[in-house]
Amino acid sequence: MSSVRVLVGTRKGAFILSSDEQRRQWDVSGPHFGGWEIYHMKGSPADPNRLYASQSTGWFGQIIQRSDDGGKTWAPVGNQFSYDGIPGTHQWYDGTQHPWEFTRVWHLEPSFDDPDTVYAGVEDAALFRSSDGGQTWHELSGLRTHTSGPLWQPGAGGMCLHTIVLDRTNPQRIVVAISAAGAFRSDDGGTTWQPINRGLRSGEIPDQDAEVGHCVHCVAMHPSRPDVLYMQKHWDVMRSDNAGEQWYEVSGNLPSDFGFPIAVHAHEPETIYVVPIKSDSEHFPPDARLRVYRSRTGGHEWEALTNGLPQENCYVNILRDAMAVDTLDQCGIYFGTTGGQVYASADGGDSWQAIVQNLPAVLSVEVQTLP
Amino acid sequence: MIRVMLPAHLRMLARVRGEVELEVAAPITLQAVLDTLEAQYPVLRGAIRDHTTLQRRPFVRFFACEEDLSHEPYDTILPDPVIRGVEPFLIIGAMAGG
Repeated sequence: MSSVRVLVGTRKGAFILSSDEQRRQWDVSGPHFGGWEIYHMKGSPADPNRLYASQSTGWFGQIIQRSDDGGKTWAPVGNQFSYDGIPGTHQWYDGTQHPWEFTRVWHLEPSFDDPDTVYAGVEDAALFRSSDGGQTWHELSGLRTHTSGPLWQPGAGGMCLHTIVLDRTNPQRIVVAISAAGAFRSDDGGTTWQPINRGLRSGEIPDQDAEVGHCVHCVAMHPSRPDVLYMQKHWDVMRSDNAGEQWYEVSGNLPSDFGFPIAVHAHEPETIYVVPIKSDSEHFPPDARLRVYRSRTGGHEWEALTNGLPQENCYVNILRDAMAVDTLDQCGIYFGTTGGQVYASADGGDSWQAIVQNLPAVLSVEVQTLP
Repeated sequence: MIRVMLPAHLRMLARVRGEVELEVAAPITLQAVLDTLEAQYPVLRGAIRDHTTLQRRPFVRFFACEEDLSHEPYDTILPDPVIRGVEPFLIIGAMAGG
């Protein structure tokens, strides 16, 4: 019988939720690394017992933890993230140039094939790779040194590389997203990069369709359709059918097209999920009703999913890395809130239950489907 | 024997309880204690000082004998009671909410 492991990163530690394929009863383990911020945890597709976690605090900096037994035990690995060469500068909030400074790891993306190879997206924005299980980290500096780098500027949450999308069919292709620079793609394994932001329009920058400067919140892809990318931007839900060469808006009838995460159904490449948030100044659901929206048409047409979700007095947010899917036959959808709940649907979003409540604010949710 | 008291987060990281005891070769300076501590507990590298510059992290403080040594040069000799093991050298996470 298959089982599911949900990896939850929170403001004050990590939690691991486990269930069988029925997904009705959940065991909760944690907090692991209590008191530390866990921005992200993710398992290796090549070895599901190999987990990586990004652990940090403002006091004591960045730690990377690794587990080789599915999260039962952990050991710290390398935490030295040194920019390649002289780091240079990017644009600061006041328009001046500011040196690149490492703050934390936002996202860890293990490779499909090798448990020891893992990518790290960091603040200030850069991409690192480890090929020895996290012991040492080396920057793929072609991204940060792109000619547009000095124009990048931080969003309100910092200048973070928060999304890393690998292509199972093409190991040379990597898509990343940076707040607030935009999306970038490499077709040579991370050596060189190009901005892929054509079609994005952002009212928060003076040239609304500039090559860079867009606050991309999340990008998702279905593994069977690597040229189709979905994006939740600061405002606007977007889609590209050519690996980001051109984007078009698919917000359709959403009650708000502001939001953070976007996810794709495991078996239906045109079925996507977002969680609308009222606005960039009011980070809670419209009308205080927590609704996941599902499109079965790859965007444009959306339906509200509310069964089991709070429909009054709800003022939580769902952060960009806090939504994920399992790959069971009946695809499960999961998301965590800043109110400390993790909700799960075992029927593609038709109904939901809180599988844990009252955790610290949830920063990230990842799911492993175990044989 | 130099006694070092770590904050809770770093005790968790280093998997120690209570104080840490270090054999530090003379002269017993701030730098000598931190170097010895990081050599004995490599997981603390980067958590107290920057990996490359060795600058103290902004929200970390060094106290001893009711004195704040955070802004002293690394070659500062520690107070005699710390060297004799009568008083601990304190590594503190600065006060902050959250």
